[in-house]
Amino acid sequence: MYVISKKRVLAEAIVLFDVQAPDIARKVAAGQFVIVRNDEEGERIPLTVMDYDRLKGTVTIVIQNVGYSSALISNMAEGDAFLDVVGPLGLPTEVEKYGTVVCIGGGLGIAPIHPIARDLKEAGNRVISVLGARSADLLILEEEMRAVSTEVVIATNDGSAGVPGFVTDGLAHILAQGAKVDVIWAIGPMIMMKAVVEYTRKLGIRTIVSMNPVMVDGTGMCGACRVSVGGETKFACVDGPEFDGHAVDFDLAMQRLSYFKDEENRAKARSQCECCADSEGRK
Amino acid sequence: MREQTPRQAMPCQEPSVRAKNFAEVAVGYDEPTALLEAGRCLQCKKPGCREGCPVGVLIPEFIKKIADKDFLGAGEVLKEKNALPAVCGRVCPQESQCESKCVLGKKGEPVAIGRLERFAADYLLQNGTDKVQPAELTGKPVAIIGGGPAGLTCAGELAKLGHPVTIFEALHTAGGVLMYGIPQFRLPKEIVGSEIDALKELGVEIKVNAVVGKFSSVDELLAQGYQAVFIATGAGLPNFANIPGENLNGVYSANEFLTRTNLMKAYRFPEYATPIKIGKRVAVFGAGNVAMDGARTALRLGAEEVYILYRRSREEMPARHEEIEHAEEEGVQLIPLSKPLEIHGDEQGRVKSVTCLRNELGEADASGRRSPVEIPGSEFELELDTIIEAIGQGPNPLVTKSTEGLELNRRGNIVADPETLATSKPSVFAGGDIVTGAATVILAMGAGKTAANAIHAFLEK
Repeated sequence: MYVISKKRVLAEAIVLFDVQAPDIARKVAAGQFVIVRNDEEGERIPLTVMDYDRLKGTVTIVIQNVGYSSALISNMAEGDAFLDVVGPLGLPTEVEKYGTVVCIGGGLGIAPIHPIARDLKEAGNRVISVLGARSADLLILEEEMRAVSTEVVIATNDGSAGVPGFVTDGLAHILAQGAKVDVIWAIGPMIMMKAVVEYTRKLGIRTIVSMNPVMVDGTGMCGACRVSVGGETKFACVDGPEFDGHAVDFDLAMQRLSYFKDEENRAKARSQCECCADSEGRK
Repeated sequence: MREQTPRQAMPCQEPSVRAKNFAEVAVGYDEPTALLEAGRCLQCKKPGCREGCPVGVLIPEFIKKIADKDFLGAGEVLKEKNALPAVCGRVCPQESQCESKCVLGKKGEPVAIGRLERFAADYLLQNGTDKVQPAELTGKPVAIIGGGPAGLTCAGELAKLGHPVTIFEALHTAGGVLMYGIPQFRLPKEIVGSEIDALKELGVEIKVNAVVGKFSSVDELLAQGYQAVFIATGAGLPNFANIPGENLNGVYSANEFLTRTNLMKAYRFPEYATPIKIGKRVAVFGAGNVAMDGARTALRLGAEEVYILYRRSREEMPARHEEIEHAEEEGVQLIPLSKPLEIHGDEQGRVKSVTCLRNELGEADASGRRSPVEIPGSEFELELDTIIEAIGQGPNPLVTKSTEGLELNRRGNIVADPETLATSKPSVFAGGDIVTGAATVILAMGAGKTAANAIHAFLEK
């Protein structure tokens, strides 16, 4: 069993867990992910790691309550345990000294960008992080990101903090200051990553994205996570999850991500009913 | 007199009923039927059936026990040579193995060895109470990578010899294809679970969620003190046809389709959280056992029309005849001599149809089967909601790529000595589909057994 040793609410509907998984903590590197399953009836949910502690034997994951399974997981408490945690899966980030690197995290994407920014900074890069959220109260991990970045730029859709607008506006802000950017990492919702790569394509700045498609086993066995990269089909779980963003077919990726929307809504509706029954029952 | 008893049919659920449920298709012999069938065995002095068995089950001996009404004894005889008899009694291709060597088969019908095996193994699972005594430990630990048929068999054999065995399984449940691939209606997961529990009683340790190549490497396992490693990672990488439209929504690999349904129990969604979508019209590419499993699963999930598209003719279909017959009885429609060319989608990116070309049979190819030749201008279109590609699996490279000094062939399979299954890397053995390419459960089990004997000899040196 994989016990939750720490739970922290980062923002509304976004929680952070430190999970006891010593075998994974020993090996995991920035860019890799784990798959968790809360119980016997649960789905296998892929989550890119936000942090790890090799000595304590924990991996840190961040999850947003957006559907049936993520609601169940978000409601878990310290001392509760996942039935399964498997990893580290996927390939680690290629950390090198590139020069000036921009790490863009949008929404929940700030979590996986965190260890990448840290490793890139440790490798001697100047790391400018762009953190995006709908509004200031939904912005997560700002302090942690400041600790691992040379500079942090915040962008909020409603302008309640930092640059008003999207992460691309945050990026434009950096470029306007005259920064010569060598590589960009961009992680967040598909639509955000697409916007970033469209923007940087014109500028000719290499941009790495981390894909989060539908997945089942995470070891290359099922092929559910197919992404088209440079016209070739790749499995995000074993060939990725990071790819050259300019080669990724995002329209296809978004289409594929929507395949089980109806089912997710069905399950979610069911869970909401159960939640109501539960809370009423306890009252 | 006894030769005149006919081969006893396997009682099955009615096709129209079973096509709508996930309960087991074949319900198994009852005692009187098993006794009748066991009575047909001639108890040959030199039994050919035994030579037809990759794990050397003592076939006349266990059948004799059934005939003597010692059903528990029959199960125990099976277990001497076969770690998973309740599985083999269900999924072995007996018609091309033990039963093909049965003397009775020369003039009439062979003894139904598989059905008797299932009867005795199930009886043992239900009624056996004697706990196995774990053997005295040798203190020479062995790591097995992969908890499928090859790994489980090897583990069982080594445990019987007293070697501490740990299986490293990537998924959250051991069993490999027995759990994620073969459907519930052909091989109930409870049966697989019971057979695996029996191995644990023998002392086999199973570490699930353990992806070797990621959380640990083969060299690290050796450095940790495992004195031998058996790689049995199977054929886990799905092939795709490489035709346009393959990434449209509604195109599944058979692995994904079956894993969702069997391992994740999507057929019980939303009680189980993993979803599956099926639609009304489904085509399966390929005509092997996996294709039949996919087609029959699709029916049970509610598909109205299910087609098997296969490039050669019915005669060349690689699936067992029994599987093809069962599929047809349930309503699966075979479209042989057809080759999918392109998949078309709607505005939402969902599968809408597939364009196929008709083939005819030409000369025999290297495999001895007549090869398909395209008929120009014979395109036809099939409207579809879902496509399941069951055109084979290759070796998963997670272990092989992360292990230095392991010789691979050009397909990425591990090269192993046919006698000992030793690889080019000292202390490392490999067997099952990762060596042979995708084959059958029983061949993988045979390899597991061969490896166990070779590893035992290696450890005792």
